[in-house]
Amino acid sequence: MAGANGECQNGAVLDQWHPLGAIDEAEPNVVHVTRLLGESISFAVTPEGRSAVWRTRGDLAAGMPVDPESVAGTLPSRCEFLYVWTSLGDPPERSFDIPEFFEPDRRNFNACTIGLRTSAPRAVENFLDMGHFPFVHDGLLGSEPRTEVVDYNVHVDGDTNEVWATECQFWQPAASATATEGQMVDYVYRIMQPYSILLYKSCPAAPERMDLIGLFVQATSEEHCRGHMFLSLIDDESSIGHIRRFVQTIFAQDVPIIENQNPKRLPLDPQAETPIRSDRASILYRRWLSDLGVTYAVIPAA
Amino acid sequence: MIKLYDYVLSVNCYKQRLMMSILDVEYETVPVDFFPGWEHKGEEFRKINPLGHIPVIDDDGYILWDAHAILVYLAAKYDPSGRWYPTGDPGLLGETASWMLFAEGTTNTASAARLCVNLGYDFDLEACQAGAHRLFRVLDEHLWFREREGREWVCSGAHPTIADIALFPDVVLSEEGGISRLDYPALRRWTDRVKRIPGFEGMPGIFPASRGVEV
Ligand SMILES: N[C@@H](CCC(=O)N[C@@H](CS)C(=O)NCC(=O)O)C(=O)O
Ligand SMILES: [Fe+2]
Repeated sequence: MAGANGECQNGAVLDQWHPLGAIDEAEPNVVHVTRLLGESISFAVTPEGRSAVWRTRGDLAAGMPVDPESVAGTLPSRCEFLYVWTSLGDPPERSFDIPEFFEPDRRNFNACTIGLRTSAPRAVENFLDMGHFPFVHDGLLGSEPRTEVVDYNVHVDGDTNEVWATECQFWQPAASATATEGQMVDYVYRIMQPYSILLYKSCPAAPERMDLIGLFVQATSEEHCRGHMFLSLIDDESSIGHIRRFVQTIFAQDVPIIENQNPKRLPLDPQAETPIRSDRASILYRRWLSDLGVTYAVIPAA
Repeated sequence: MIKLYDYVLSVNCYKQRLMMSILDVEYETVPVDFFPGWEHKGEEFRKINPLGHIPVIDDDGYILWDAHAILVYLAAKYDPSGRWYPTGDPGLLGETASWMLFAEGTTNTASAARLCVNLGYDFDLEACQAGAHRLFRVLDEHLWFREREGREWVCSGAHPTIADIALFPDVVLSEEGGISRLDYPALRRWTDRVKRIPGFEGMPGIFPASRGVEV
């Protein structure tokens, strides 16, 4: 039975697709071990980018050579959007779409994978919150006193059941690795699954298109996670190293903020934390998690 | 001009940026795609440092690696007052060397824990954390006694030394490795003092002292 012996008993979470690591960064035909939902999980990829994922077992220890296609007793897995994904339950046929990913002039790569001592939904919610830009990313993604979050729209998409926040705008001194001056930046946020979020952001190199920045969070336990930072950019100027440095600088500024939030699990009770996070997108995110029946890594509403 | 082979999230690289910022030394950084690119392990980088780690400096063709060795060099060369690396005072110099060695310990415990938690390094996290607490306890007590003597820094002189610079990043980012400083009040007061050194520069994850937030 799915999750029968595991720490997580929450069907809504077990049935999701969860990221384990970047395909490119996993040496092929070698056992890699990580954690998911409180369990030790192993995976391997072929040189062609096919994957096998299984619950860690003694005969296949970390670092051992393995032919992924010969492993028996595997979990569902897929290689998609740069990462290896698995599920500990009965996952849907499709995860989510990112049509832009396949545009030929985009550069798609993992900016970093960073471990965080907080719950996966806390990490998602921080990513969703524009209000912290001027205080935490002063000089880059915001600057005092231009702290105003312009009114924006939120809704749950009827077809995909994804949370969207649209028409978000924010004034940013250095919106991207290529920015040379401050600008008003358009944002769209999209939460595809409980622990995965994408943001679309005006692209300096192609004004009519958007850059995509994703945070795909791997809940290693209820109060720990790994954030995989997905990039799909239109930028043929900057080196990957330069872009990574920009993104990692920003991510590292968030780390102490995210880790100092208590409780670490995200409270879903609407009354729980109103004054600081009265932001509409996070209210909708929390309600949507409740409606999906997510109880793992959150404090469910009474 | 000095070139620093650098990675933004590296405490050992930050030690050099901090020192050069305080000494007002001009330098340029050569960013190394440390994570997840592992550029420092590549063939090209090993031509610069065969050990495959950063920081490395290139000062007009003079190449030096090892964070604490670079601090010695920078202070000896670029601090005309001779206070950051006090070669003129054998007693103080000995203390400085001793605390620099101690800082190797905090790097290998506190900062190693941070690499485990944040970058997924495969070290024994609990051992790193326990080791860091042992060293923090020693340093906290030491600094508490220094304060009783009316001193503010790790060594007994009136001025900070490279030992403060070597220790500060390992200490101030310890929370990221799951090492709380709640029980080390003297250590917390000292990190605030370091943040107020003229020319102080932070790194992502460190708040300036003026915010009044101690993390
Ligand atoms: N002993 C060296 C160690 C420096 C070190 O560990 N640097 C890290 C980055 S913070 C590194 O390059 N690690 C790669 C490795 O050692 O494999 C020093 O003090 O500079
Ligand atoms: Fe942030």
